[in-house]
Amino acid sequence: MNDFMLTLFLPLIVLAAGILISALAFAEEPVPPSIAQSILDLGDTNRELQEESVFALEKSGDPDVLPVLEALRGGNLNIWMEADGKRRIVMSGDAVDLEDGTQVLPLFEAYGGKPILDAQGKQIQVIEENLEGIRLGRRMRIKLTPMLDRLRLFSREAAIRESAATKVGLTGFAEALPILEQALNKEKNPWVRSALEEALGLIQLSDENPSIRKKAAENLGRIHALNAVAMLEERIQANDAGESEETDIAVKAAITEAIQKIEAWSVWTRTVETIFSGISLSSILLLVALGLAITFGLMGVINMAHGELMMLGAYATYIIQEFFVAYMPSDVRDLYFILAIPLAFGIAALFGLLLEKFIIRKLYGRPLETLLATWGISLVLQQGVRQIFGAANVDVASPAWLSGGLRVANGIQFPYNRLFIIALSIMSVLSVYLLVLRSPIGLKIRAVTQNRQMSACMGITTERVDAWTFALGAGLAGMAGAALTLIGNVGPDLGQNYIVDSFLVVVTGGVGKIAGTVGAAFGIGGINKILEPGLGAIYAKVAILLIVILFLQKKPSGLFPAKGRNIDL
Amino acid sequence: MNLLPPSDSVFYLSNFNLNTAGKYMAYAILALGIDLLWGYTGILSLGQGIFFGLGAYCMGMHLMLSIGGDGAYQSDLPDFMVWNQVKTLPLFWKPFSSFTFSMIAVVAVPACVALVFGFLTFRSRIKGVYFSIITQALALTFWLLFNQNSLNLGGTNGLTDFKKILGYPLGEISTQRALFVITGICLILSFILCRWITNSCLGKVLIAIRDNEGRIRFSGYSASRYKLFVFVISAALAGLAGALYVPQVGIITPGQIGVLPSIEMIVWVAVGGRGTLVGALLGAIGVNWARSFLTSNYPDLWLYFLGALFIGVVLYFPKGMWEVSGKLKKVLRSRFKKKRLKEKQLV
Amino acid sequence: MDGTILYVEGVTVSFDGFKALHDLNFVMEPGELRVVIGPNGAGKTTLLDVICGKVKPTLGRVVFEQYTDLLHLHENDISNLGIGRKFQAPTVYTSLTVFENLELSLNRKKGVFNALFSRLSPMQRDNISNTLEITGLLEKKDEVAGLLSHGEKQWLEIGMVMMQEPKVMLVDEPVAGMTDHETEKTGQLLQKISKERSVLVIEHDMSFVRQIAQKVTVLHEGTVLFEGTVDEVQNHPKVKEVYLGRGDH
Repeated sequence: MNDFMLTLFLPLIVLAAGILISALAFAEEPVPPSIAQSILDLGDTNRELQEESVFALEKSGDPDVLPVLEALRGGNLNIWMEADGKRRIVMSGDAVDLEDGTQVLPLFEAYGGKPILDAQGKQIQVIEENLEGIRLGRRMRIKLTPMLDRLRLFSREAAIRESAATKVGLTGFAEALPILEQALNKEKNPWVRSALEEALGLIQLSDENPSIRKKAAENLGRIHALNAVAMLEERIQANDAGESEETDIAVKAAITEAIQKIEAWSVWTRTVETIFSGISLSSILLLVALGLAITFGLMGVINMAHGELMMLGAYATYIIQEFFVAYMPSDVRDLYFILAIPLAFGIAALFGLLLEKFIIRKLYGRPLETLLATWGISLVLQQGVRQIFGAANVDVASPAWLSGGLRVANGIQFPYNRLFIIALSIMSVLSVYLLVLRSPIGLKIRAVTQNRQMSACMGITTERVDAWTFALGAGLAGMAGAALTLIGNVGPDLGQNYIVDSFLVVVTGGVGKIAGTVGAAFGIGGINKILEPGLGAIYAKVAILLIVILFLQKKPSGLFPAKGRNIDL
Repeated sequence: MNLLPPSDSVFYLSNFNLNTAGKYMAYAILALGIDLLWGYTGILSLGQGIFFGLGAYCMGMHLMLSIGGDGAYQSDLPDFMVWNQVKTLPLFWKPFSSFTFSMIAVVAVPACVALVFGFLTFRSRIKGVYFSIITQALALTFWLLFNQNSLNLGGTNGLTDFKKILGYPLGEISTQRALFVITGICLILSFILCRWITNSCLGKVLIAIRDNEGRIRFSGYSASRYKLFVFVISAALAGLAGALYVPQVGIITPGQIGVLPSIEMIVWVAVGGRGTLVGALLGAIGVNWARSFLTSNYPDLWLYFLGALFIGVVLYFPKGMWEVSGKLKKVLRSRFKKKRLKEKQLV
Repeated sequence: MDGTILYVEGVTVSFDGFKALHDLNFVMEPGELRVVIGPNGAGKTTLLDVICGKVKPTLGRVVFEQYTDLLHLHENDISNLGIGRKFQAPTVYTSLTVFENLELSLNRKKGVFNALFSRLSPMQRDNISNTLEITGLLEKKDEVAGLLSHGEKQWLEIGMVMMQEPKVMLVDEPVAGMTDHETEKTGQLLQKISKERSVLVIEHDMSFVRQIAQKVTVLHEGTVLFEGTVDEVQNHPKVKEVYLGRGDH
């Protein structure tokens, strides 16, 4: 069992360590003097000087200027008199209530946004009266908003740069062209480049010069600008009088071609997305059904409490998260998830062990009876969780390193949490495969499955093998539950939502063959995602059941039936 | 209605209790069907709620149409259709304005669904736990479907606010009493039907299928046809139960026919005693009485109790309470005999 | 194929690539008592499975009474045509009584509604009593079959097959687990039965084979190795080599 755990979690541990190291390696940079002066001038009472310094800051193109101007707009930029009478421009954070009832504001550096510390290394907090808020004139305030968008084009965060580019492009102001071009020249990130090009193209589409318009349309088509379709169509749309906004024939042709290109691309991205979501759903089904396949296929036990073991895993994840939030420093908080997966496995496996010892053991060879008894267990577990944690869903926040996604092309993004689940289910299947078919423990498991008496005669403690097999199935359920916190709600009826589907996978796959379970999971998941866009989620499910029933007409024992002369009687 | 005991008798049932007792008897009819299917033939269907629901919805549709213009919107259409902006009555609703048609449908619709589904599954020899799992998936599917507003069956809220049956107002006690008596008669007739089946040679074939389905084919019986027969009968009984349930309870929603209710029905029979008709009947009444008692007095305990019932019955009383009571009687009787013998000897 | 009751031609059965029967040919005449022997895994039981429809072969054909192709029929149809099967491990309906076990096996219409409305005629009762007597189970007729001893279950199953009044009776190891006395009685019973119908017996016990057999077929690795009388079989060098020579029995 230990080796099994290790192979499963080693990659995760390495990944987490990498994240930790990169976070610690954050380096400090000095404030450029001209910027420091401009920031100080922001606090000047002279409106003109104030405005000049805003423009100076914008021109600097320094990404760390952005938070300063954002604070300025938000009213969080203040003048603070230090003890030695020095004026200092600082940002204030959210107010904090002290024990004696006074409200204080924590202070941050204007440039760079680091907490300002006192001699003891504690963040300085002051009462509001000690700060003088910096206010701008009305004229300047209006100018500040588009300015911020433009500044964001130079942010350190690629995502902010990208969304700023899209925003600037949609406003369509020709004044923004030079700064977009400047940003494009500096930009290295391909996705941000594409967004900038899209913005440029959208603005240039209304240029006076037809050749520029034509060029813009061609560019938009080349970069498959999915956001541009509406505007492109608008340009060539004929009004009631049969005239369109675009008059030049060559430009019109270029626009039509661009639309075709983009639409062809969007068909392609949708296909890729469908395939990916099919694989993703399949991997979820596989992860959920794998444990079931073990208890059903190897032991003949219909574990209706499988879903509730998953629920236990999910709640274990929740508890670990809460523990980390309460007792761990904030920068390692996100690592809770790495601990949660083995722990969820362990807790569910332990529970499975107890279940096997006190209930399942008495019911071997009577699958229908195990079905009913485990259903009873599932009801008790659900109600227990409902009473301890409440009937409402609990919040499990996905760790930050699993938010976002892997972008493979414009418009195609694979979310990291889905990729994680796909990887986890592949690893689980491989581990189970190796464990059952290639390890000494697996040999014992298979021996007991095939001939209990004979195995007992050969000196195998069949009870222990049963217990461990069941615990393995239960543990896999717990692990699946932990993984499901990434994509769904965590509540007392989490298990119920998956149990029927996962049993369908096991039945379709055929009993006792991992390959069957894998095949069925991918078949059902894939067909589901293919049908869903046309039929809707509910009717797709209905169709799946019909397909399964018809499939079982042809192959009553599933994809990979166990053949032999002793199957019935 | 003079059949009923007078109001000062101990057997007198208040209006509320009358409805509840009628509901239990409807459940008992359903339980008889499950017993025939599971107790005698060994087929565990986790989708009996579907057939109950089909019967109930057929009846509910008739009752909805009998409301006529008395609904909240004073439209000829059922209220929820007005709410969902359905302009004309969907075609499949139309025949349900006829009482005779509806009464046939409450049995025929579930029986036909069972016939088609059973034909497909039994023909391909899907059996044992496979059958159970497929029927459970079917229950889930039906539940999902009935929740859809687009199906025009009231969505999650189901069918409710019935006013009249055959012109008699449902709110009146005389109507309720009549329904109670009719349910009782249906229960007795169903019991006689099941008794007849189990006592005939067919009943023995069913038990033989339970014992050894493979062998019965080599004795010349088509096991799938027998299974189909008993599956259809149990579906028809479930449909009848649903139809009797609706006017007495006054509402039918998808929540009453899904996966959980379907498997709960199994425990009635398991507790009462599978393979004995009386056991199934008493189990349905007993468990539902316990349910009413617990959910109104200790709502948090009900699911624990139900869970414990499942586990306890399977582990300790696989033949159910009816057999336990039978054994108890035997033990007591033999004790009593011994005592008498001793007394005699003493004399 | 003229005058045959069972005609098995070129039958091949494979389980996951393993060929249980390989191009097997086998013919039985009406009224014959045939014994099939062979080492473990020779395909004896599979041959019976193919004839009674439990296993469908990948290749070949099985013809009953010259005209009926059995391969497309269900087990129950084959049974109703007049092919009865007794399994190796005795299979009876454990929660029915001995009497009911026999009653279910009666040769009559077996449709659902026939079963619902049928009542036992006095003649059928006599028939059952007769079988009870032959199989020595008369005293236990109201006992639940699950409580019978192993030998009694074997007899009950033979009785059940007799009740079907089959034209061909397929009997798989009828004397496994029986005492010598019981074995001898079973042998007499089978010989008696074979006067009215064809009987195909699979057996390991050579003394039993000697007691009942007229003609013996030896199977080996899914095909017929040799056919002949008991003496011929026992003296055949190849049979000795694959079967008897190895000292299995």
